[in-house]
Amino acid sequence: MKQEESAIIKKSDIVLLVAILVIALITFVYIMLTKKPGAKVQISIDGKVEKTISLDEDYEYQVTTDMGNNRIVIKDGVVDVTAADCPDKVCENHVTIKNVGETIICLPHKLVVEIVE
Amino acid sequence: MSKNQNIETTKNSISSTKHSGKTNKEIALTGVFIALAMILSYLESLVPIGFAVPGIKLGLANLVTIVSLYKLGIKNTIIISVGRIILSGILFGNMMIIIYSLAGAFVSILVMLLVMKTKIFSATGVSICGAIAHNFGQIIVAVITLENMNIMYYMIVLAITGAIAGTLIGLLSGMIIRNIHM
Repeated sequence: MKQEESAIIKKSDIVLLVAILVIALITFVYIMLTKKPGAKVQISIDGKVEKTISLDEDYEYQVTTDMGNNRIVIKDGVVDVTAADCPDKVCENHVTIKNVGETIICLPHKLVVEIVE
Repeated sequence: MSKNQNIETTKNSISSTKHSGKTNKEIALTGVFIALAMILSYLESLVPIGFAVPGIKLGLANLVTIVSLYKLGIKNTIIISVGRIILSGILFGNMMIIIYSLAGAFVSILVMLLVMKTKIFSATGVSICGAIAHNFGQIIVAVITLENMNIMYYMIVLAITGAIAGTLIGLLSGMIIRNIHM
């Protein structure tokens, strides 16, 4: 039984890898081509919509829950999370968002910042 | 060449005595594997590579999972993974990390076991499927806890990075599986 496992990589592995990359890239390109700038940003906490803000004007919004704080900044039509007291800082390091469907998520605070039409 | 064959025969003779002290040997190996997996996941946490999109990682601990899946069987692999996640979670993480890790590990091990049984792929293919399944499992937990379907978009990026990371880890695992006889 041990002998037949000796191949490190088989032809089928390469086919699998290429197939996954091609499918993912096609989907990625499709999303890139069909994306459009959003009009509003929707801030949800624990699945419930907390606030919806227009992207047209610059605005700063502080989210404070018993789980922690996040600072959301809207400037020139793009949304960014600039400060957070969560341990992983994933939301703070996230790139800015502006197209419909894009999100910034803070898992520890159950916060979802999402661009909507 | 002849030296290699000598080593091969020695190793085979060791592995043929496996059945006599199986339980003790398995227990010891399982412990060593848990320790190794913990060290690898700690090492990985020291090198942050997930910048723009969360969840991108090499998955070094999966090296241990794949090797043990081939060498120690499914039961020990589950013990090793769950043991590693709970111990690492208590030491370096929190409850949420444990839940996300368990979800990823559960889907990943299930998929890897099924893929391994089909014998279509080598350890590399098993690893690729495991990496993507791991990301998928965690995305599903995020979709459920945040009640937001748009998180699924992350899956596209995570499928690409998962496939690449899975390939690297799979190649390494393949070399280890081929060269280590226990």
